[in-house]
Amino acid sequence: MGEDNTLTDKIMTAAQAVERFIPDGAQIALGGFTVTRNPMAIAREIIRAGRKDLYLVCHSHGQAMDLLIGAGCVSRLEIAYGGTGRFAPTCIRFRQAVQKGTLKIEDYSNYQMSLRFLAGAMGLPFMATKSGLETDLVRKQGFDPAERGQGKVPSKKLAIVENPFNGPGDRVILLPALTPDVALLHAQYVGEDGTVRIKGLGFADLEQARAADRVIVTCEDIVPREFIRLDPDQNSLPPFLVDAVVPLKWGAHPTACHYYYDYDPRHLKLYGDMAPSDDGFREYLEKWVLEPESHEDYLDRIGVKDLLRIKADPVLGYAKGLDRR
Amino acid sequence: MSNYTKKEMMALAAGRLVRNGDVLFAGTGLSMLAATVAKRVHAPDATVFFETGGIDPSLEELPLAVADPRVMVGTAMNSGLIEAFSILGHRRLRSIAFLGAAQIDPYGNINSTVLGGYPKPKVRFPGSGGACDAASLAHAVIIFMQHERRRFVEQLDYLTSPGWLQGGDSRQRAGFKRGGPLAVVTNLGIMKFEEETKRMYLAEVYPGVAPEQVAENTGFEVDISRAVVAQDPGEDELYTLREKVDPQRLILG
Repeated sequence: MGEDNTLTDKIMTAAQAVERFIPDGAQIALGGFTVTRNPMAIAREIIRAGRKDLYLVCHSHGQAMDLLIGAGCVSRLEIAYGGTGRFAPTCIRFRQAVQKGTLKIEDYSNYQMSLRFLAGAMGLPFMATKSGLETDLVRKQGFDPAERGQGKVPSKKLAIVENPFNGPGDRVILLPALTPDVALLHAQYVGEDGTVRIKGLGFADLEQARAADRVIVTCEDIVPREFIRLDPDQNSLPPFLVDAVVPLKWGAHPTACHYYYDYDPRHLKLYGDMAPSDDGFREYLEKWVLEPESHEDYLDRIGVKDLLRIKADPVLGYAKGLDRR
Repeated sequence: MSNYTKKEMMALAAGRLVRNGDVLFAGTGLSMLAATVAKRVHAPDATVFFETGGIDPSLEELPLAVADPRVMVGTAMNSGLIEAFSILGHRRLRSIAFLGAAQIDPYGNINSTVLGGYPKPKVRFPGSGGACDAASLAHAVIIFMQHERRRFVEQLDYLTSPGWLQGGDSRQRAGFKRGGPLAVVTNLGIMKFEEETKRMYLAEVYPGVAPEQVAENTGFEVDISRAVVAQDPGEDELYTLREKVDPQRLILG
């Protein structure tokens, strides 16, 4: 550790990060995508801390979102897609909450949500797209009109305008920018200087991080400053955008973390079996979220055998030949 | 009788619609199979990419989701959603998107969001994901459907992704520059769209399926008079699909 190390005051535990940066009602952008790099360990910590009324803004989300919704932490959601592929074609607790009407929801598309984060990151009030013209994404509203414009709820879902450069009849959709209170993301590496490196696909994590007021990064490894600066082309976020760094090995489990581990088919299937009934979901929460005394204790419960089963091949980045049935 | 399943036929039938050189936007499930098998059988220069940002992965193992680490390996490049959707809509590219849905109407508009009302529905599905974006921006779209009356409906419960809208030139008038559904590949056959009206008709039935069966399982009036019988899967196609593309039968079942 050099003299110029700036990480010491940013490194903290998941509990400290949640305590400091995630109050009840916070608008949160979840990193990752369906079965990959969900910030699972921090999601479990949010549940343990009993956070309420969270406002999630997501493109395509899976396990972390479903767990937070199921645990009753979320009251409002803007989303494009809730599913984890064949493990849960539609996220289980998400589906139930929407069908019961216990969750306030607004639908957009993946590109629309990504553009909204990009607008937030660029300091623009909106971004334009042609995606979605004449669809119910435009015509139907989920949020109560009376709640429009309150807090972080956009004053309108979107607006249709004529292209000002190209005469009448050429219409585009304007999408309101997103500036979440906090972005959560799980990365493979953080340098001792706070530089973040995501391996594999970035999804919209970087737009989300740049759009957010605060950024919490959980990571597999803290690496020397010299190492992370040796190949800066590979880096994702500069140190000054990061507010909290939480070292959490296997912190995305049971979702995948490229070059570290695959998604865990056995655990996702277990979740898929337990989550549909209220009792089953409660039991899942007790065993995998509330009872474990620490992240290490959680990993102990998963067990060495299953962790080794999904350990990534160092060349391919996933677990070659993993039984995914 | 046939020595192949309906799912195998669907993956191969959709794959046959791919041209060498196409840029393929693949989703989960059958579309992953169709894109992968087309590339391995007859369109080696087709490029598969994913909305998550994985461009042209080697696909040695079948991805189960578009964010599967298997879409990040052997790629030309790994990027993100903004980049992937820019490619999808790029005016130079013949981008073909594969989509699935819960409901489809006579003009190929699809619903993957809800059954019943919105926002509090009877049944909630995953939502648009990138489907609306693909249907809006891609050069063309191929849609997978189970052929059932409750899925082929006159009126969608929710229009998630635009097809030919109300038919005719309504898609153009809405402000879209290009695109629209090319075909609907079902477990009974292949539906295409009339040149002028853009209304769905039956183009091909699979061997052993009667055109009347399609009409019976379609919840709106459909022209079955022009249907021809689709070609049986070839040995090489089946071999590639079963042994190379999905040996664990993760999607084939």
